[in-house]
Amino acid sequence: MGLKIETKNLTPALAAEIAAICPFGAIEADGAKLSINAACKNCKLCVKKSNGVITWEDEEKPAVDKSKFVGVAVFGEVRYGKLLPVTLELLGKARELADQIAHPVYAVLIGENLKGAAEDALRHGADKAYCYDHEQLKYRTVVPFTACIKDFIDTVKPSSVLFGATNFGRSLAPRVAARCGAGLTADCTMLEMKENTDLVQIRPAFGGNIMARIVSPQARPQFCTVRYKTFDALPRSEELTGEVVNVTVTDAMLQSGTEVLSVAEKPKEVDISDADVIVACGRGFQKKEDLALAQELADLIGAQVACSRPLAESGWMDAKHQIGLSGRTVKPKLIITLGISGTVQFTAGMKASDFIVAINADPDASIFEVAHVGVVGDLYEVVPKLIEKIKEGRENV
Amino acid sequence: MNILVCVKQVPGTNQVEVDPETGVLKRDNVESKLNPYDLFALEMAFQLAAETDGAVKTLSMGPPQARAALEETLWMGASEGVLLSDRKFGGADVVATAAALELGARQMMPFDVIFCGKQTTDGDTAQVGPELAERLGIEHAANVAEIVKVEDGALTVVVDLDDAKQTLRIKTPCLLTVEKDANVPRLPSYKRKKAMTEDQIRVLSCADLPDADESKLGLKGSLTRVEKIFPPEKNELNERISGTPQDAASRLYALLRGRKLV
Repeated sequence: MGLKIETKNLTPALAAEIAAICPFGAIEADGAKLSINAACKNCKLCVKKSNGVITWEDEEKPAVDKSKFVGVAVFGEVRYGKLLPVTLELLGKARELADQIAHPVYAVLIGENLKGAAEDALRHGADKAYCYDHEQLKYRTVVPFTACIKDFIDTVKPSSVLFGATNFGRSLAPRVAARCGAGLTADCTMLEMKENTDLVQIRPAFGGNIMARIVSPQARPQFCTVRYKTFDALPRSEELTGEVVNVTVTDAMLQSGTEVLSVAEKPKEVDISDADVIVACGRGFQKKEDLALAQELADLIGAQVACSRPLAESGWMDAKHQIGLSGRTVKPKLIITLGISGTVQFTAGMKASDFIVAINADPDASIFEVAHVGVVGDLYEVVPKLIEKIKEGRENV
Repeated sequence: MNILVCVKQVPGTNQVEVDPETGVLKRDNVESKLNPYDLFALEMAFQLAAETDGAVKTLSMGPPQARAALEETLWMGASEGVLLSDRKFGGADVVATAAALELGARQMMPFDVIFCGKQTTDGDTAQVGPELAERLGIEHAANVAEIVKVEDGALTVVVDLDDAKQTLRIKTPCLLTVEKDANVPRLPSYKRKKAMTEDQIRVLSCADLPDADESKLGLKGSLTRVEKIFPPEKNELNERISGTPQDAASRLYALLRGRKLV
């Protein structure tokens, strides 16, 4: 299986031309000979571009009997007895994917005192919640959790298993995948279901400017991790339907060479470089006290507060919060700039952000050139109204 | 302690794009470098080695030119490096990469600790380390920020779990993936560069690995398949909102809500 090279009509010139197709330098030309080295990423670009010189050959593998694997499962990460939001989001997506192939949705919960979390899973889309409930599973530990999920997979034989791409989920999923011989795709941004139960996993590849569609056609179950805020949770159903299955946790599952000595809550992040959401303030603010308005908006949407250079220089905000060439570079999912004009030195530090909103009273401000959405208006008027809107929206959920 | 660090050579730039017209991958700058996250793993390894009077070896899989990444680790302080390079390893996904690294690691045994970077900048999966640990049958801890205690047969480490920090006592041998900014990585030493000899890096092909099962390696051994690649939808939105503060706020809220941003 893989790339095959048709050598018949190769000339040194043609070989060189074909070698140049590969963006990864994986095709080597030696005179009229071509070879493919280990840098190959199977992007199949050469298959498309080499006019039949390089072709792709699939090898028929003994296929797994896909009908024996039924159900879309979600690993439910529990914290203080409650499911993490990413789990609820995954249950919503799992419901949608499972409905397309008439499969059930399972939640797998591991921890201590899981009754409330299990019911929550049922109210958010799961048909069954499998609980591995044991006092020794109170802390998130990879090896015992792996044993529990392996037990679930052996017993239930789900077709797909989704994990939240938290630090713990990203540590657990590969461990389980390796134990089960399952294919695993990290940080999917889109998921689709084929009729034959192949899970189509779409994610940024080769560094982020390219998307890849990935499938595991010959392996079951199929695993993937998904970041939070990628999908929508279903509204909580009032009626409690479905079934909670309490699984006996054996001593073998609890075996571990790792002991949790202590857990410390992390203080709120102060580093804006890693923030997913940022509210950035500029000279549109008239006095330092008014920054409370930005803070209120930030608290409401889970954002870090940042600033442009003038505010850092005047001491209104710590220099650690400054965005720009002389400050930090940020790439959040959302940045809302308030009263920032948008000098090149500022935008250089934030223009790669996924979604840029600018609120500025000056319609000619250059910040509007990089913004996806620009609001021409006085921040002192627009921001309080926006805060009101967001609060209203929350109450109606 | 005997320490192994797994490293990867990655593209020097992330500016890879697909031409939306032709579907051709464009890569302006093909220069390669050592995965930046690996630098923190290397530094933690060197510090642990210094503390325990141990030695650090490095392992990588990649095309022949990935030797350069291993050379860099030697200039920093590693004693020897092994490069797994064979077309049969090419096209490997996470499973097949871990399978090859397992074979390489078994050639370089014994180890007390294996370090990996938390992820690579090209694949960005963070999955190879944990899969390798499982294959080797050893415990692992991901996102390690610090080693706070070294004992005979165990390490006490602090791991970052997004919302909390766990302090774990983990038995050795174990595998640790190291959090970004866990330390200040050292620079390669000119003296070590001058003193390096060719034989400090060995290049092993599939045939050099006695237990290699080709069906488990490279593309053949991969369980995931890339069906196709395509450019992401460009966000060309550039909307200007004006009007009363009330109307502007409503419109802005609707846009943010629609994108699940609030």
